[in-house]
Amino acid sequence: MYAQMVQSEATQDDPEKLAAFQARIDAGEKIEPKDWMPEGYRKTLIRQIGQHAHSEIVGQLPEGNWITRAPTLERKAILLAKVQDEAGHGLYLYCAAETMGVSRDELTEMLLDGRMKYSSIFNYPTLNWADIGAVGWLVDGAAIMNQVPLQRTSFGPYSRAMIRICKEESFHARQGFDAIRKMAEGTSAQKKMAQDAVNRLWFPALMMFGPSDKDSVHSAQSMAWKIKINTNDELRQKFVDQTVPQIEFLGLDLPDPTIKWNEERGHYDYSDPDWSEFFEVIKGNGPCNVDRLAARNKAWDDGAWVRDGLLAHSRKKAARQHAAE
Amino acid sequence: MTREDAFFQFLLRMGDNTLILGHRVSEWCGHAPVLEEDIALANTALDLIGQTQMWLGLAGEVQGEGRTADDLAFLRDAWDFRNVLLCEVPNGDFGRTLMRQFLFDAWHSIQLGRLMKSSDERVAAIAEKASKEVAYHLERSADTVVGLGDGTEESHRRMQEALDYLWPYVGEMFQSDDVDAEMVKAGIAPDPASLREEYDVLVSRILGDATLIIPDSSFAHKGGRTGAMHTEHLGHLLTQMQWLQRVYPGAKW
Repeated sequence: MYAQMVQSEATQDDPEKLAAFQARIDAGEKIEPKDWMPEGYRKTLIRQIGQHAHSEIVGQLPEGNWITRAPTLERKAILLAKVQDEAGHGLYLYCAAETMGVSRDELTEMLLDGRMKYSSIFNYPTLNWADIGAVGWLVDGAAIMNQVPLQRTSFGPYSRAMIRICKEESFHARQGFDAIRKMAEGTSAQKKMAQDAVNRLWFPALMMFGPSDKDSVHSAQSMAWKIKINTNDELRQKFVDQTVPQIEFLGLDLPDPTIKWNEERGHYDYSDPDWSEFFEVIKGNGPCNVDRLAARNKAWDDGAWVRDGLLAHSRKKAARQHAAE
Repeated sequence: MTREDAFFQFLLRMGDNTLILGHRVSEWCGHAPVLEEDIALANTALDLIGQTQMWLGLAGEVQGEGRTADDLAFLRDAWDFRNVLLCEVPNGDFGRTLMRQFLFDAWHSIQLGRLMKSSDERVAAIAEKASKEVAYHLERSADTVVGLGDGTEESHRRMQEALDYLWPYVGEMFQSDDVDAEMVKAGIAPDPASLREEYDVLVSRILGDATLIIPDSSFAHKGGRTGAMHTEHLGHLLTQMQWLQRVYPGAKW
């Protein structure tokens, strides 16, 4: 999930309108941008879609970190294609958010000055080549867990963006698994890289689903509105159940020694991530928060003359066309 | 020099241009001025790397020593690279990156157009595929150069500075040597000098629309396409690009 701890807004609308709105959602209807919607629904969705979009954009950085060091031409091409897809996802999501009356530039400003967040996972570094495989397999894999149900979310533009994004994300997860499999089956040095990547990224991947349900204060309203479909713990369990056999298939050690199949529950038991670390990362104290935001700010500031230049040109061109008519 | 040797050198020139420029463009990933540009730059880099796989793949085949495209990309030292210097100069600001792209794309599109008529079918097939991608690269880089040249005072100034910096690297693309003479004789590739006229017409038109002034100097740096003298920048680029292959020889990725 690329949106965590999205605060849902209390809503103070006409109770009759609210009831009719809820009835549409309960009946499985899609809400479209021009339909009436509670202010809280609109604000919560802007926050959630915006956070998701920002995550796609900031998420280019840890993967981009390895493009110039990719070990083969094919791996370089695959990684470029993947990062290009992520930027494209950002674009669809900003468009979905814009249908609710907020511009991409406004959302960008809020990312850059820290008013809006992006997923905690992108505040962790990519330190060896196997991380690129692990990011595709574990991080995109965890994102898919949440995004597949969001294809059924109540807001039409968001749902449609998700359908497209999910297709590409499942390709990303497969290429990630393929890349890390090559490492796990490779030389002892490569296997060591693969193990190191899994050990470092396992708990941050579990954090992507957000805090434990007992501490998740914003879920109930979002679930009623079908902005959120499953609880954090449900999705986390599903991810663990899917991923543990894959780690075993790769012949790697499990990154958490407490992982054990629980016959009675029909699920794997596992340890929670260190939630105090998670809250520190959310507050800005992750290993890469400062550098990631600085990189995005620099790109935006250094690019101001380009945006201004292109805009000035298109105005001149329009004026010339107008004068010629 | 045998025909095979010359053909190998020619293919390295094509493949090293796309490899090194593709690498440079990929350095932008995540840092572009606007999201659409991030996507376009990644897309351009991806095309160039794809073309590298084809050119260097064929180079390895022609050389006949069992080297793959990856071997050629990752296991040669700087003096064995045959790209023009224009491709290896650092990105600079976005304006310089796009100006470099335009000056290269204009040559690339003309060159590929000629190579589509190559006597070697493999060369013609690669050129055919690449030319579709490069037509788009040229359209985009030309539009951006015009937009920024004829934009604000600042964007105009930066684009003129970019052009002044890069212009001395243009001439190398049109220098001919024994390798080229051999390629012309075999009907494989055109004489580089023969592309200049068409290039000048195209570049003058676009730079004119961009309100930029072509420097009044025909001086040209050289040494990239012969390997005699690259810039200091190439070595640094290779340390990064080749690092994993060099540290873990023989590993499969």
